[in-house]
Amino acid sequence: MKKLTTLMMAGVAASLMVSAANAGSHSKRGADGQLNIIYWQAASILNPYLSGGTKDTHASSMILEPLAKYDEKGGMVASLAEEIPTPENGGVSADLTSITWKLKKGVTWSDGSPFTAADVVFSAEYCMDPTGGCNSISNFNDVKSVEAVDDHTVKITFKVAKPFPYGPFVGATVPIIQKAQFKDCMGAKAPTCTTQNFGPIGTGPFVVTEFKSNDVVVYAANDKYREADKPAFATAIIKGGGEAAAAARSVLETGEFDYAWNLQVEPEILAQMAAKGKGTIVTSFGTSVERLMVQSTNVDPALGDKRGTVEGGPHPFLTDPAVREALSFAIDRQILVDAGYGKAGQVTCNVLPAPAVYASTANDDCKKQDVARANKVLDDAGWAKGSDGIRAKDGVRLSILFQTSTNGVRQGTQALIKQMWKAIGVETELRNISASVFFGGDQSSPDTFQKFFADIEMYTNNFDGTDPEKYMGSWTCNNIPAPSNQWIGNNMPRYCNPEYDALVAEMGKTASIEKRAALAKKMNDMLMQARAMIPLIHRGDVSAHANTIKGVRMNSWDSQLWNVADWTRAK
Amino acid sequence: MLNYTIRRLLFAIPTLLVISFIIFVILDLAPNDPTGSLPLTIPAEVRAQIREALGLGQPFHIRYVKWLEQFFINEPLNIMEHWWGAPIGDSDSRLRVTSWMSRSPVVDLIVERMPQTLWVVGLSYLVGILIALPIGVISAYKQYSWFDQIGTFVSMVGFSVPTFFTGLLLIVVFSVNLGWLPSIYDTTLKVTDFSSFMAQLRQLAMPVMVLALFNAAQLSRFMRASMLDNLNQDYVRTARAKGMSEKVVLLVHVLRNSLIPVVTVIALGVPQIFGGAIITEQIFKVNGLGQLLILGIENADIPLVQTLTFIFAILIVFFNLIADVVYGMLDPRIRYD
Repeated sequence: MKKLTTLMMAGVAASLMVSAANAGSHSKRGADGQLNIIYWQAASILNPYLSGGTKDTHASSMILEPLAKYDEKGGMVASLAEEIPTPENGGVSADLTSITWKLKKGVTWSDGSPFTAADVVFSAEYCMDPTGGCNSISNFNDVKSVEAVDDHTVKITFKVAKPFPYGPFVGATVPIIQKAQFKDCMGAKAPTCTTQNFGPIGTGPFVVTEFKSNDVVVYAANDKYREADKPAFATAIIKGGGEAAAAARSVLETGEFDYAWNLQVEPEILAQMAAKGKGTIVTSFGTSVERLMVQSTNVDPALGDKRGTVEGGPHPFLTDPAVREALSFAIDRQILVDAGYGKAGQVTCNVLPAPAVYASTANDDCKKQDVARANKVLDDAGWAKGSDGIRAKDGVRLSILFQTSTNGVRQGTQALIKQMWKAIGVETELRNISASVFFGGDQSSPDTFQKFFADIEMYTNNFDGTDPEKYMGSWTCNNIPAPSNQWIGNNMPRYCNPEYDALVAEMGKTASIEKRAALAKKMNDMLMQARAMIPLIHRGDVSAHANTIKGVRMNSWDSQLWNVADWTRAK
Repeated sequence: MLNYTIRRLLFAIPTLLVISFIIFVILDLAPNDPTGSLPLTIPAEVRAQIREALGLGQPFHIRYVKWLEQFFINEPLNIMEHWWGAPIGDSDSRLRVTSWMSRSPVVDLIVERMPQTLWVVGLSYLVGILIALPIGVISAYKQYSWFDQIGTFVSMVGFSVPTFFTGLLLIVVFSVNLGWLPSIYDTTLKVTDFSSFMAQLRQLAMPVMVLALFNAAQLSRFMRASMLDNLNQDYVRTARAKGMSEKVVLLVHVLRNSLIPVVTVIALGVPQIFGGAIITEQIFKVNGLGQLLILGIENADIPLVQTLTFIFAILIVFFNLIADVVYGMLDPRIRYD
């Protein structure tokens, strides 16, 4: 825990220094005119509790604030709270079952009414109502009660000991909404409150003046914002629509916009655009890893209802560790990065690549392609090449069905991997499925990533915030998707190891940051050495800002617009 | 004629009901899911709750009947309320057709997007007609002249080069290299004075031209073919023999007769204006009805897609009727009764 505190202190100190440095560059609110932001996926709704995804969370983060945000290094920074509660400062109880937040005094909503603990309590009730369909409800897992101790103190009690009690109200997905505004929008009525959902009253640096769903959000500086000289911009817009390349062009080539989000554009094209000298590309890395899931159950269609389940029996060849090892070593990850990701990707050999304390180095031998080793492993295991150049053993051919979601970069990666595997005598059939079907989880569709009726599937996963406990818990035996649990579960590779489950249980009881890090690394290494998954690329976020915009601190842990109050325009 | 119109209108009702049912079935059978676009960090149990909150747990026929009620009873009541300014019945608890993506009434979204779609797509249709008619007339009158050859070439290009290519080409030339025109349409722009009017013209220029080229290409071919048909008719020879000037022969006798089929084609094309231009709207970020439809499809927003496609169906049925009626009025030889 001490290390965590030090980390947080360092984060706070760093942000203080940066804001001190920025303070000199502008003197008063609204002095820098208009800020033009482009998100090629337009915001649909400004209430992040009912939002359709990242774009909405970011757009609302200019208006609504949580108690604490994550900074660009993953450290926590207090925003509506006075400070971050820790066991050391008494904010987190010794038995780890409660956390007490002290709220900043004198904060007002943009309508002038005071911000109090009642609003925090209400926000929790709003999201925890099971009929409301709140997207962030898992942040409130195990919460027993949220109560206002006084006007500026909130106590959150958990049913179990929470070594990481920062789920509720930390980060842009769980901000505080105003009780007075939303009190008639609880539960099933939540979606019907269009006025509220389209124009939430907030405490943040901006207020909404006009919102056209799936098109444009127009903001004006919040004149009640608690820092008198911020924000530097009088107005701001977030325009949506089009695609990533067009968004990049509008910042880097035509200069019509100041900031463009999520520029998943071919690295070459992006570099050409940046060469015009109008803007800068910024990247940051969170926890996203593009990985191959390796199926360990049999997916033969002849199995009927047992297809892809543990009862259906083991996979005919992917359960052989030699095959898994060879598949991993045959891949040249650097080529995949250069072809599809550029600055937005790094080679990785872990499913848990960040934060730094949790990143293991035990598996780094996969960073270099080793075809000779892959071939040798297969030869030794008795997989011999047939007349068609494909390896087989006992009548089983190494022929893989490899599926992923429809996306230009993913199909490029698939094609490269197919070639690399062909070189070691493995045949690959490629398949891509529309993202809304693949990730949709529709029970009646055979093409979802949970059903995984293929040998290998590829996608990116990550976790919110900086604590990997929930994420690492994805690969326990009871998390295997199956008909009995309506195919709900995150353990796509159907990995099941009682030792692993024991480690997950142990982490749930461990508070010390060093021990938690050691456990997380051990779990990561177990998964990697069993090759339940084959990690490929640690994916970053890529955005671009005009050279005249100062103060952008690209952030993968929170909204990219988390510090928009500090942004300024150089004259 | 009136009898015919009434008969057609009555017949449209079962047609539209069948259409709405087919659309609903197709959308329901589609394997995509409204929670598919949510971040993966949202666990499956939460997704199940979200689906439940959206009303997806109910059986198919109940959802269909609910939609019918919302669309045919609640929405019209809501519009009437809006006009009269007074509440009718229990207006607060009346459920409207609500988009899953934005959790707001679909009709409001459509109304919000109508202006930019009508400006861009409507104007391009108008410009396309204004370009196409003279080109078609001259091309036919001077068949196989250099003007006709060039006209044919241009319309072939306009017809076969996709708008996502011409659109990007124009952006690269006029926005990136020359910097004259904006590449992104500003839907918040309000025309209040001369400079904002000019700004509106500048942002309209590229999308309108791209679409107008495409529309003009089609229509000019129709116009030319229709003119050619008429130019060889006996009445044209008679008109010339009576000593009419070429101008009168061409613009009064031939043009009027040639316009009859072209007007029908133009009327049948009007619903497309409301359908928006999916690709062109995406390229220039016009964010009109076409973009709304494609977003709805991508995010499995069934109420939105259902309502939007159904409104298109109504427009198509309606404009088919108009085309037939106008045809009868223009051509006295046609009688429906």
